[in-house]
Amino acid sequence: MTGAEMVFKALEDQGVRHIFGYPGGAVLPIYDELKNHKKIKHILVRHEQGAGHAAEGYARSSGKPGVILVTSGPGATNTVTALTDAYMDSVPLVCITGQVPTHLIGTDAFQECDTTGITRPCTKHNWLVKDIEKLSSILHKAFEVATSGRPGPVLVDIPKDIQFAKGKYVRPKKSKKNSGRADVKFNGKNKDIEAAVELFKKSSKPILYTGGGVINSGPKATQLLRELVSLTGFPITSTLQGLGAFPGYDQQFLGMLGMHGTFEANNAMHDCDLMINIGARFDDRITGKIDEFSPKSKKIHIDIDPSSINKNIAVDLALVGDVKIILEKLILALKKKNPNFINSNKQRIAAWWNQIEKWRKKNSLGFVNSKEIIKPQFAVQKLYELTKDQDVFITTEVGQHQMWAAQHYKFDKPNRWMTSGGLGTMGYGLPAAVGVQVANPGKLVIDIAGEASVLMTMQEMSTAVQYKLPIKIFILNNEYMGMVRQWQEILHDKNYSESYTAALPDFVKLAEAYGCVGIRANKPEELDEKIKHMITVNKPVIFDCVVDKTENCYPMIPSGKPHNQMLLGSKDKAEEEISEEGKILV
Amino acid sequence: MVKSAYSFATQIEKIEKHIIVVWVDNETGVLARVVGFFSGRGYNIDSLAVAEVDKKKNISRITIATSGTPRVLQQIKLQLGKLVPVHKVADFPSDKKTLMREMALLKVVSSAVKLEKARKVCKKYKYTILDKTKKSFVVEVSALKKEIDELIKKLQPLGLASASRTGVVAMTKGSEVFKQH
Repeated sequence: MTGAEMVFKALEDQGVRHIFGYPGGAVLPIYDELKNHKKIKHILVRHEQGAGHAAEGYARSSGKPGVILVTSGPGATNTVTALTDAYMDSVPLVCITGQVPTHLIGTDAFQECDTTGITRPCTKHNWLVKDIEKLSSILHKAFEVATSGRPGPVLVDIPKDIQFAKGKYVRPKKSKKNSGRADVKFNGKNKDIEAAVELFKKSSKPILYTGGGVINSGPKATQLLRELVSLTGFPITSTLQGLGAFPGYDQQFLGMLGMHGTFEANNAMHDCDLMINIGARFDDRITGKIDEFSPKSKKIHIDIDPSSINKNIAVDLALVGDVKIILEKLILALKKKNPNFINSNKQRIAAWWNQIEKWRKKNSLGFVNSKEIIKPQFAVQKLYELTKDQDVFITTEVGQHQMWAAQHYKFDKPNRWMTSGGLGTMGYGLPAAVGVQVANPGKLVIDIAGEASVLMTMQEMSTAVQYKLPIKIFILNNEYMGMVRQWQEILHDKNYSESYTAALPDFVKLAEAYGCVGIRANKPEELDEKIKHMITVNKPVIFDCVVDKTENCYPMIPSGKPHNQMLLGSKDKAEEEISEEGKILV
Repeated sequence: MVKSAYSFATQIEKIEKHIIVVWVDNETGVLARVVGFFSGRGYNIDSLAVAEVDKKKNISRITIATSGTPRVLQQIKLQLGKLVPVHKVADFPSDKKTLMREMALLKVVSSAVKLEKARKVCKKYKYTILDKTKKSFVVEVSALKKEIDELIKKLQPLGLASASRTGVVAMTKGSEVFKQH
């Protein structure tokens, strides 16, 4: 069997149905072999970064690893942003790159680059295959590494001569039926679980702080989380990546926390006496000022990655393992020890809930609506109202629109929300939507976008048209890099340095040029009808939603401030009080 | 003032010196992975020694002298443990329970009088003269890092021409061993 055949054999044995890629000289033998493998569908992108983000969208919406196939040199370097994005947000990807023939490596050959060197810090592991006899086992190992433990991207670099060479194919050891995380169970002791239950019982101001780890652990983990919340009566907040693990409209849900989180979520985090972190990593956008982060609480941290424990915030009890397994044990212990927990607990945390309701009354996501001009928050709310009865998949770009989407679109299922959190990659949402639609044919897929971000990967509209993927690009167009503009307004004395895009394409005409449908809304009263139109069109759509250029995203934890000192809106007086010291922090 | 820092470090923690020993698959790029991890996260490598220790199992032992806050040292161990070719990570505290040695080859080029003086200086340490001419000698010294620092300082005025050092290697005292798996 040739190396090229082995690649497809391995992909088939790993259950791969779709790959995202772009051909080129050093990967031609593999592309030549594609015709013999009808089970695997190749999606031709327009730029390799698009292949990467599409594979991310595919992986996050399906729970299966995304696969990328690109050529050497620029093909490989163009995937680096997507690999780094996947590394930061724990998305399983397998990237296969062509490489110049073995004897030319190191000679600065045409389209040669040190692919494994460049991608070493942005993959969980990578391999340069120099021996055909090792190819199949490396490919299987690649899938194992990508999907096990904390998931992430891996890369296999295959020189062209290896793709031609003949060798023996080795099957994967055993096909895993479970999601890949079955390998990491719970390393801790039962007494740690009991200690957690004890802390649950003693707490009068508890909060569950959940993250993407719950979603990565699979649908069972989401169910267990919901069970835990109803069993304990505890309030719950979520990170950006964890949205959808718990219903966004539930009374026990306090909304997202962090820099643009709700007033009630952040204040509850600050004042709680017990914080239960499930699958989140105390990111700096979450903690605000570290020294004043939740000063009075005991902290429990559940995470599959031991290096996440005590990295940013020291915790009192660490439970290292798969969220699903730990939640199962916790619930079991809780039920066994205290079958009547919720009732006995209700009184103890009643005052806490009263306090939370007081914070909630601030209505921190509120905004002053307008009849003349579309407020971006209003547009997202409209979009939510008109789509919530369907099974919708939302992707985003990065910036204000992303935060408004997170605040105002309420998710109730996992794997429905795909956004670039850790790396903050503008241009993520459109190609991600392509991947989501490939994985979920027939479902409504919307990229809530900003006009600046979406132009970074706009070329993938062409991919959407080619494969008849009816993705909807809903652009909140304010002609500014809105979040940059907001920071400049608040922190850099309104010096709007290079954040305004003085020339933008006509997005309606652009849509038509790509062979999609273009829709523009200028007035709030047009939104209903036009959004409905967008949803019913069975083609890719670019929706140019012209919004207020100067709207800021609130609430906001200003730089250098802890959770309990938030800005609540443009009229909030606290805005005047950002210290000189605070201005320098981002 | 810098306007766009994320935040400023506010807690100053004590820096500790540790020896981290890592057992890895002896394969291409493994050293780059380990070293790249340190530079990528801004951690220190004070010295580094690597060689294959088990030919049959294809295992190399990397000894890294590092310094950092307790939190950084914890991160170093946990993050190294996540690398695919890493089998085992051990933390040897720089104290009396750990044996540490560094080897140096030192070349002194000087007059006969100074050469004689230099040889006397070496006598304080465990040394072997490996090469000798009328104008020079090469001495091998195996000692603690600070002893070699000291010796080099003393030999400098006596005509030290070149110094080559291995970096520290370490072993725990007693019958205990860190098992590779």
